[in-house]
Amino acid sequence: MAITMLYFAWVRERVGIGEEVIDPPEVVRNVADLIDWLSRRSDGHAAALSEPAKLRAAIDQRFVGLDAELGNAREVALFPPVTGG
Amino acid sequence: MIRVSVDPAPIELGVEVAALEARGAGGIATFTGVVRTDDGVEALELEHYPGMTEAALCALAEAAMDRWNLLGATIVHRVGRMTAGERIVFVGTAAAHRREALEACTYLIDRLKTDAPFWKREWLAGGARWVEPRATDAQAAAHWL
Repeated sequence: MAITMLYFAWVRERVGIGEEVIDPPEVVRNVADLIDWLSRRSDGHAAALSEPAKLRAAIDQRFVGLDAELGNAREVALFPPVTGG
Repeated sequence: MIRVSVDPAPIELGVEVAALEARGAGGIATFTGVVRTDDGVEALELEHYPGMTEAALCALAEAAMDRWNLLGATIVHRVGRMTAGERIVFVGTAAAHRREALEACTYLIDRLKTDAPFWKREWLAGGARWVEPRATDAQAAAHWL
């Protein structure tokens, strides 16, 4: 099923785009799987996603751990740790 | 009453405080975050996750309203580019007595730093750098769990 990917801050800069629609295979079950699969799409993806420990994620606009199952996710966001306030 | 705003426009402190005072509270507590003038930073840029940001801030304000006996909670966060000395964030709480207002205000700014999807980038003479999160911010937020 199609998932809208969103990238923010330096993840967006390295990927080279802020948004894309993807259709990962069924073996991609959780966020960590997705990061691994996405990192092979382009050099930019590889540069942004090579160190998953530096990434945080949200599924359908809720913060989740990288072990979170994608389930029926429609929107997944990848970004660095937040620094607001 | 909750007010949450994520906006590139400058934060109007007087307007925000007056709205909290109009709640009929005995005490108003406020926190204002300002772009630092040290470290050679010329400007600050705030990126956010439209939609999720507003929802996260509303959830925080609702949690504060439930936890303390508040008459009002306001969170205003500026986004986009701003220069040294300008306001980044305003948090205000209204309650019958000072302790609820002060504690809830601290709670909101502590949790906002870790629970809302904002990213800061500093602009210096030599270029730009993304701000790294501080361990002390995570500790301050965890204190309220």
